[in-house]
Amino acid sequence: MALAYPFSAIVGQDDMKRALLIASVDQEVGGVLVFGDRGTGKSTAIRALAALMPKMDVVGGCPYNCAPGAERPGLCAQCRPGEDAGPEKVRSQPMPVVDLPLGATEDRVIGALDLERALRDGEKAFEPGLLARAHRGFLYIDEVNLLEDHIVDALLDVAASGENVVEREGLSIRHPARFVLVGSGNPEEGELRPQLLDRFGLSVDVATPTELRSRISIVRSRDEFDRDRAAFIKRFQRKEGKVRKQIQNARAHLEEVELPDSVVELAARLCIALGTDGLRGELTLIRAARALAALEGAKEVTSEHLQTVAPLVLRHRLRRDPLDEAGSGARITRAMEELFAA
Amino acid sequence: MTAVAPSQPDMTPAAGMAALWEDAVLAAAATAVAPNALGGVALRACPGPVRDTWLEAWRDGLQPERPVRRIPLHIAESRLLGGLDLAATLRAGLPVSERGLLAECDGGFALLAMAERATRSTVAHLATALDRGELTLAREGVNGDVAARLALIALDEGQADDEALSPVLRDRLAFHLDLTPLSIRDLDASGFSADAIAEARARFPRVMVNDDALEAICATAAMLGIDSLRACQFALACARAVAALSDRELVEAGDLDAAARLVLAPRATRAPAAPPEENEEQEQPDEPPPEPEPPEDNPADDTSDDPENPDDDDRDSGAENDDDQPGQQPLEDRILEAATAAIPAALLASIESGLAQRSRGNSPAGRSGIQQRSKARGRPMGTMPGDPRSGARLSLIDTLRTAAPWQRLRRAEQDAEANAGGPGIIVRRSDFRVTRFRERTESTIIFAVDASGSAALHRLAEAKGAVELLLNDCYVRRDQVALIAFRGEVAEMLLPPTRSLVRAKRNLSALPGGGGTPLASAIDAAGELAVQIQRRGGTPSIVLLTDARANITRAGKPGRQQAFEEALAAAAIVRSCRVPTMVIDTSPRPHPNAAALASALDGRYLPLPHADAAMLRDSVQLASGR
Repeated sequence: MALAYPFSAIVGQDDMKRALLIASVDQEVGGVLVFGDRGTGKSTAIRALAALMPKMDVVGGCPYNCAPGAERPGLCAQCRPGEDAGPEKVRSQPMPVVDLPLGATEDRVIGALDLERALRDGEKAFEPGLLARAHRGFLYIDEVNLLEDHIVDALLDVAASGENVVEREGLSIRHPARFVLVGSGNPEEGELRPQLLDRFGLSVDVATPTELRSRISIVRSRDEFDRDRAAFIKRFQRKEGKVRKQIQNARAHLEEVELPDSVVELAARLCIALGTDGLRGELTLIRAARALAALEGAKEVTSEHLQTVAPLVLRHRLRRDPLDEAGSGARITRAMEELFAA
Repeated sequence: MTAVAPSQPDMTPAAGMAALWEDAVLAAAATAVAPNALGGVALRACPGPVRDTWLEAWRDGLQPERPVRRIPLHIAESRLLGGLDLAATLRAGLPVSERGLLAECDGGFALLAMAERATRSTVAHLATALDRGELTLAREGVNGDVAARLALIALDEGQADDEALSPVLRDRLAFHLDLTPLSIRDLDASGFSADAIAEARARFPRVMVNDDALEAICATAAMLGIDSLRACQFALACARAVAALSDRELVEAGDLDAAARLVLAPRATRAPAAPPEENEEQEQPDEPPPEPEPPEDNPADDTSDDPENPDDDDRDSGAENDDDQPGQQPLEDRILEAATAAIPAALLASIESGLAQRSRGNSPAGRSGIQQRSKARGRPMGTMPGDPRSGARLSLIDTLRTAAPWQRLRRAEQDAEANAGGPGIIVRRSDFRVTRFRERTESTIIFAVDASGSAALHRLAEAKGAVELLLNDCYVRRDQVALIAFRGEVAEMLLPPTRSLVRAKRNLSALPGGGGTPLASAIDAAGELAVQIQRRGGTPSIVLLTDARANITRAGKPGRQQAFEEALAAAAIVRSCRVPTMVIDTSPRPHPNAAALASALDGRYLPLPHADAAMLRDSVQLASGR
């Protein structure tokens, strides 16, 4: 694999980096959507994230990345403790970051009959697809707004249930598939289906920086990277290590971060003030704020954490006037100013 | 587009052509020197001797052992990316995968034929390969990453402005050449020898760029309104390649000029704040260039005297030049000037009238989508059992999948019948699966909005409001919308068919009112667009918002009577195309002209004397039967 640009070497784009880090600390936050112009480093950041993922334990020999000792609904048929439940073998592997490339065929996404074994041995075996590989990790879709409709349908279904049910070619298989959906795209090339938009916990709008100094420094570091990738990566090794450590620590301490009632109330009031539908916004808001607190090593969630994540969480959840360009961001800011000033 | 000679806008046409060709050859050489750093070339030219000569010049500089593959227009995705090799699979009785064309291009070049019509998926895969140098595949028979480090020559044969290479690819290619103005007589044998290019290729990694040059490029790009940072990176790489071609290991001002002409100028979306010749400090209101650097009066030579010391701040590289330009300018001014001079005149004109953003940004949403659908077969949506001889398309993969589980049984049967040695896989008719396609005709609503003085006075704001509300509905139904405004002397396409409501809204709100009513031109424009859409397999309908007080003829001359007659004639033509049409009379009191126009169009007539935007929307919905 080609050497990826280091995450910590990305200039600016703080919102995008923050959202990605939050999603890697708490997968339940539910995905990140990065929308922006061409050439703003969307895919660079997401691919860079892959290099930072901590290792995770997986049941040895399980094709679906089942977690050892997980609750029954989260396990595939193979890993469910049966009568012969002996001590499990455990292997350690990096958290998967799976690319769902444009042009992927449906059978590769959800899995299909293993053609090789079928032809060779006449055996009806299931060949897991991308969704299986992405279980407990990230599923990255570049140009998510150009994805074929039938693939989107399959994704929506699985993302909602956390389980992939395959009924085709005489196969009847179900396996867990919980993953963090990360999408990127350019809004000028097409809108995202509202149902898919709703699957994303956080959304970020990125723009090319207009400030000349930061433009220059981006071009300069990109140039240095292209000239000598290995040396460039080496230079950022320590910084990368720090970010990796930060993620690990945050994951370890996530559950210990205290959540004062006042913050919960603030979150609720913010959502009411903005009129977001359903509870999902509130839950995500709190989860994201907690993940951010954990990333910062804080003992408890504060209203600052809430304020920082609110635009990421709520921007795409507001009852949206599709013609409104900058409106939702401004509305969130205004609502927060009113709330937090009081 | 008219070609403008580099850096000397007032040179003779012939000299301009010669300079254009010289730059084109330079771009070819630079691409051969540093293919991966530059991404490649978007080459707009008709097939013919000019293009062939350019391709020859480019090919001469390539390393012969590197692959060059041509990607035909209608390449199947499976061939592009690779997948199951069916012939081999059937022979072997085991899945055998084949490499895709993109993987075969690894280390070399892809030539994309008829690039302006490339399908969205081809474009997306090429963009990925250009970005990452590898492809992640998840297809039958192939899984995982394959190397595809390639550069691209996109052969854009578009004639009109609405047929152009997808911006997704354009952005990833350093050079945008337009050879259409050239004729074979303009070409000369100038060029670089293969040896020179090979030397330059070896030198390229060592060529240094000092900070001033880098900053000047970024500043120039900002002044020309180029958002994408790829442009800056390409300009940098181009300057290095040009320096390498001139046997130097340090980028000098002349190299930056070339980079500005070749990379930045074609991407400009706005003219610099002021003509660069006239002022020394053209500050953008929002993006001031870096602190103006005082040009030093050092003798020009000392830059090239010390190529060993690239990191040291040679400020005088800006003053170094071999042509007749004043040597006192700060570097970015000079580069800006080079870039501005190379912006084609037509583009400059449209930039100045504020059109550039629209016409350049127009293709992504609408066009590629439509083209994909214009294959009347529609999108594949799964397979079903069926007989491929009835014109349906056999889905081999699914047929194999169906046959696979039975192989052992059938082989046993076959053996029992004692005619062993048959084919590797036994496929029976019942296994056949054919692909189902969903034909999706997309509806496009063409709004033609009267923004003339008479309409503006009364109803323009309401009409805008109604269109916005309708756009909202289109969003929900995922229809496309197009927007034509007419005022003054012409009808103008504000928005080609698109689903991007953000742009629709932006263009609509920027629409000024006032001027005459060129109704005939508007009907012509709407009709033409409707026919185009029909040809692509879409379903257009036209909504004309006007008070029908035509007073400008097609020729742009005032004349109420003739203007209206022409409008009726135009309406008759549109009528013959059988496009559903609606005329919304926006005058304060219903006007007989509008009703007459509606009947000439065989369309519905909706007088809306006191409508507000919401009422207007409701009527359109009602009338169009939604």
